[in-house]
Amino acid sequence: MTRIFSTAMTEFRIALRNRWVAIALALMAVFSLVLALAGSAPTGGLGVDRLSITVASLTSLSVYLIPLLALLMGFDAVAGEAERGTLPLLLAYPIAREEVLLGKLAAHLTILALAVLLGHGLAAGVSILSDAGALAGLPALWRLSWSSVLLGATFLGTGYALSALSRRPSGAAGLAIGLWLGLVVLYDLALLSAIVADNGGWFTTKALPAALLANPADAFRLFNLTASGAAAAASGVGGAAEVIPLWQSLASVLLWPFAALALATAAFRKVTP
Amino acid sequence: MTSTLTISQLTKRFGDVAALTDVSLGVAPGERVALLGHNGAGKSTMMKIILGLIPSTAGDVAVCGFAPGSAAARSAVAYLPENVAFHPALTGEEQIRHYLRLRGERPALAMGLLEKVGLGQAARRRIGTYSKGMRQRVGLAQALIGHPKLLILDEPTSGLDPVSRREFYTLLDELASHGASILLSSHALTEVEARTDRIVILSKGRLVAEGTLADLRRRADLPVMLHITARNGYAADIMQSLGGGILVDGALHLSCPQSQKLETLGRIASLGTKVADFDVLPPSLEDLYAHFSRGPQA
Repeated sequence: MTRIFSTAMTEFRIALRNRWVAIALALMAVFSLVLALAGSAPTGGLGVDRLSITVASLTSLSVYLIPLLALLMGFDAVAGEAERGTLPLLLAYPIAREEVLLGKLAAHLTILALAVLLGHGLAAGVSILSDAGALAGLPALWRLSWSSVLLGATFLGTGYALSALSRRPSGAAGLAIGLWLGLVVLYDLALLSAIVADNGGWFTTKALPAALLANPADAFRLFNLTASGAAAAASGVGGAAEVIPLWQSLASVLLWPFAALALATAAFRKVTP
Repeated sequence: MTSTLTISQLTKRFGDVAALTDVSLGVAPGERVALLGHNGAGKSTMMKIILGLIPSTAGDVAVCGFAPGSAAARSAVAYLPENVAFHPALTGEEQIRHYLRLRGERPALAMGLLEKVGLGQAARRRIGTYSKGMRQRVGLAQALIGHPKLLILDEPTSGLDPVSRREFYTLLDELASHGASILLSSHALTEVEARTDRIVILSKGRLVAEGTLADLRRRADLPVMLHITARNGYAADIMQSLGGGILVDGALHLSCPQSQKLETLGRIASLGTKVADFDVLPPSLEDLYAHFSRGPQA
């Protein structure tokens, strides 16, 4: 436990000095504020409080931004140590490889959580100040916050796995960006075009829900949209939230972090310094 | 007392390339062993196997009775890698505090360790600003953490100036006197010569020689060099009576086999006043090293 904690402290310090903490916090704060302020326009007619509207926008933001931040922080974890030449010495110490990863995860996840709390806190503040009814949206915001952290954990774990697999930071960075593009951007486009081609057939009814649950970013979006009952307003593949039960998307959101970390551990075990 | 480190018939192959072949070696508590060999002779590979960083192909390694890389073995072993590196964003003190915690020691000991290696002044600066010699000292400081039973030091004095090297070997003597075993590799043969108990020479992955310096000298049976300074004009005379040698700056350099050392000495003595001065130069470690690393048949 001391070893994990010490690794986490050291990693946090490094992230602080590399400006990663500042970058994550600033990005989340700026985007959340913009969305909270822009979200004021459509409130009146919909009969929904202002914060709930903002949560729907923040969900879309998180789907893009959290995986990106997590992958950017994670890609260096193993490959960076290998390139700097710090890995052989570290692995000669009485610390298990899982402990190294858990320590790094604790530090990086803390940074993401701080960024999420700051961003969401600002959004909530702006909404509540201008609309007292916005308090009704707090449960949805809270749900978005913790699921964002879990989404971050998933992509941090995936980032570590890529880092261990490629062993060079440049290669790991390329893989990380590729994965982000693939899972967050191209995946949905591919599904949409498949739906159009399929025209309501087997793919749309059977394969699509499974495909959405298999992608942690989509499962995260589904979970938040389903839980807040905002699926009707959602566009794109988010519309599928109606047909997928909440427990399924919740299970995906909860299980993915562990799966990603297991993947990272398996990949790291194969690294010979 | 049993060995701290026991290696028997260790073999390591990378694909078709044999990095180590059938190496057996033991290091007793308090013993300082120098590992010599060309680049690529298998020194670093052997160290990494002892540390459990890479698996061996065949053979057995036991560190204090434990398998290499097991938690018990790792707690007992300190390592200083070749060209040791640290994260440049951390200060020397932060880095050592972290390593202390990883070994279950009090982080407050960090400053003491850094002062011991002469880094007290720079402890609060980032390692990114350190010179190579200073990084090497951080490496030494972390190797001193806890009371390691075995120290594996890969080229520990590279990047250190002569004074620091001397200080470093004093630290090693201190550790060895408390029972720590030390296995170090080095290219600086002259310092190894004076500061280690036993020498092991690896060549192309095979152990070609092992023993104390005196042992190795006896086995190599390399000729002794005699430098004779003649009194004015007698150089040619001496050359003739000793039957050989070459003149270098007025001094006669004569090479003589170990077995004829005393006989030759007698003949020099019989020359009486023709000889102004003379020196006996035993084969240096460089000569021995070159002799043994020529091949396993040597």
